[in-house]
Amino acid sequence: MASFISDRSSSAQLRSLAPREIARHFGRTRRDFLRDAAGMALGGALVSASPLVRAAGVIKKRKIIVITFGGGARDQETFAPEGRVNIPHMLGELAPQSSFFTQVTNHGILGHYVATASLATGVYETLNNFSAVPPDHPTLFEYFRKDLGRPISDAWVVAPSNGFNRIGESDSRSYGAGFGARVILPKHLLSAASSGTKADYAHLLHDNYETPLYAPQISGGEFELQQLEKVLKLSVDDFTQHAKSLASPDELSVYIARQLMRQESPSLLWITMHDIDIAHSGAFSLYIDAIRRTDRLCAALWQAVQQEPEYAGNTTLLILPDFGRDADEDAGGNGFQHHRTGDPASRTTWMMALGQGVRPGVVYDSPVQSIDLVPTIGAMMDFNAAQSQGRPIRELL
Amino acid sequence: MLPRDLHAANFDAYPPQARQLAVQHLTLFQQLPLSFLPSLLRELIEYDYKFPVERIRIEQELSILSDLPAPQLAQWFHAFAALDLAMSLERTDWVAKPAQFIEKESAYLWSTHQQDSFREAAVSYGDRLQSARPLPSLPTARLGIAIIGQGTATTPEPLFLALRKHGTFFSQIKPEGGLEVLLAATEARAAAHPIDYAHWYIDGGAPNPTTKALTTVSYSTLAPVRDKLLSFMQTQIARPGMGPEELRTELAQMSPAQLGMERQGDPALDRFQVKIFTEGSGTQIFSTTFAQWTTREALRRAEPLTLLVRYAPRQRQKPMNELLANTISPGELDPAGSLVDANMAAYYHWVNQQRLHGAEQSSFLVWWEGQHQAVVIAPTLPRRVTSGSALTLKQLLSLATG
Repeated sequence: MASFISDRSSSAQLRSLAPREIARHFGRTRRDFLRDAAGMALGGALVSASPLVRAAGVIKKRKIIVITFGGGARDQETFAPEGRVNIPHMLGELAPQSSFFTQVTNHGILGHYVATASLATGVYETLNNFSAVPPDHPTLFEYFRKDLGRPISDAWVVAPSNGFNRIGESDSRSYGAGFGARVILPKHLLSAASSGTKADYAHLLHDNYETPLYAPQISGGEFELQQLEKVLKLSVDDFTQHAKSLASPDELSVYIARQLMRQESPSLLWITMHDIDIAHSGAFSLYIDAIRRTDRLCAALWQAVQQEPEYAGNTTLLILPDFGRDADEDAGGNGFQHHRTGDPASRTTWMMALGQGVRPGVVYDSPVQSIDLVPTIGAMMDFNAAQSQGRPIRELL
Repeated sequence: MLPRDLHAANFDAYPPQARQLAVQHLTLFQQLPLSFLPSLLRELIEYDYKFPVERIRIEQELSILSDLPAPQLAQWFHAFAALDLAMSLERTDWVAKPAQFIEKESAYLWSTHQQDSFREAAVSYGDRLQSARPLPSLPTARLGIAIIGQGTATTPEPLFLALRKHGTFFSQIKPEGGLEVLLAATEARAAAHPIDYAHWYIDGGAPNPTTKALTTVSYSTLAPVRDKLLSFMQTQIARPGMGPEELRTELAQMSPAQLGMERQGDPALDRFQVKIFTEGSGTQIFSTTFAQWTTREALRRAEPLTLLVRYAPRQRQKPMNELLANTISPGELDPAGSLVDANMAAYYHWVNQQRLHGAEQSSFLVWWEGQHQAVVIAPTLPRRVTSGSALTLKQLLSLATG
């Protein structure tokens, strides 16, 4: 053991640190890497001069798009020298335009549905990760629609799998029914659009890479097939034809998101990507392929924002993994494959904010939590995330 | 029931040797917290089917704990005792079904934000136990061998980057007869140190013929077992009320006989192989994952002196457009992706080997099959160095073990 540790001085140092210190170490490493690789400045002193102050006049027109990665990617495969080859778009195009938060910690349950629900409520939810149940606390969509009196067409979620179909609306008595977001499940839509054909979608429709043979049945709240034409202005044929040109479910999600942006122009759009979670299969090459695809899709979506008149110039994009993945050094895990140990690498990740009201090219390594997202968006859009347990991120306000 | 209420009859359903050990240590068990004891019982209940090294570890753990004075025992388990468990967990049959209890306990700890405390307690306990264990001298230094990239002649990215930091990269290896040399060396070590389950050969495809002195596990030999398991999983999934957690519980209870392995005749190895499929994720689908996880589990459980793993191409994962086009191409392989998988897996092989006793003396060799590149990590070789020496695999192996 001794030689292993001495060979790996960073590992040795990490082992001697408390979890919070390790999280800070991850943050500093990301900061140093970004400073070198993308020429970004360290924030902190700049906070009081947020450009959002100048943007106050356009608050009514502001759009927010959130992209979460269900299935976090680790630093060594992304924001670290050995990972830069996998994220040319995020590193070269998006990061320099962004405020980058190097130390985002998730103290909740590290399952993708429950973690995404926690991101959407600002409370560490404790629901069953493998059940299609609504969150216990109000989602940002409910705060947004109820507080600001927005119509149902103004908040949308594009989510990867059946388990996410209840994420748009909570069980909360004071919010809940009628105040949530519409949820599109592209794979479910594809399945419905393709019913009666001979194509075998079983593999594609696997719901969850953590349990790859299981796909829960869903009921209620899903995007009905007939709305494909009504809302997205797509015929079933066009939709299935286009799907045949795409390599993955996340590409389908981005395609749907772009249609939504064109046809509905929601002010609040939430997209959850899931391809990276193929890592649970243990095939490192597929995990890397998915990171590269996600990197490309994030850039493509940001380009789409610039091309859509309803979004160009007034949109803030927030990109964050829901959490990380296990460290190679943790004996309880199996490296990149899972996120089961609860070690600092699996709990610590990053967030990128760019666009309207965001100072570009700045790195912040002050610690934030994933539950801070909802109150931050609340402060940006002027709604009150009353039950959220997070705090607004002052660097974005 | 709480541990303090335990009595000997609670262990009647345990296999004979496990039951005997449990009864011998009943007084100890009665003093341990419920948040911990089922973890110990999960290992103990399998005692009769464990590898020799695992049996010794269990016996050592029980002996160390039994020898602790009461105040010290309380100190060791203070953090576990401080965890707040639900009454419903106490009512489960945690003696007979410790693995199921642990699944429920884990879910409860995550949902009550106590997982981090549990993790800290477990790490601290593991460290204490490790320092209290006697460390026997090994009959020979450990050797790990990984053979990757079968069927490839090019690589999109440089290989062995993570491993080169810890050893010497050889760029001009003579590949002729390499596989045979490495297999023969593994067999020779087994002959020189004939210890049960101390020398392993794991193959992600069909295994090369070897002597019985090696513990051999291969993906292709286990194809009938995999098929039975996948069929079982599909049947279970179709049952009303079945969910992922219930499925995991069902899988954890599967025995070798249920998967048609009753004639294999090695209870420890059969159980090991079943667990590779029922506890591993992706092992049923991808041969590279199978080989990596089997290597990890063999190192963790059997602590072999020699482990040779040869990776074979895994099946190709179809992109969505091909799935939609419903093109039928059974058995299509992905050698290039498998090379990337195995390159990472070789790094994990070395990491897991270095977790074992005697790491300072151990050696590791990874070779790109049929090609000229290899890395050797050994106490005698420099790190972060590239060598252009034109060596045979036999010469390279001598460097690794010399």
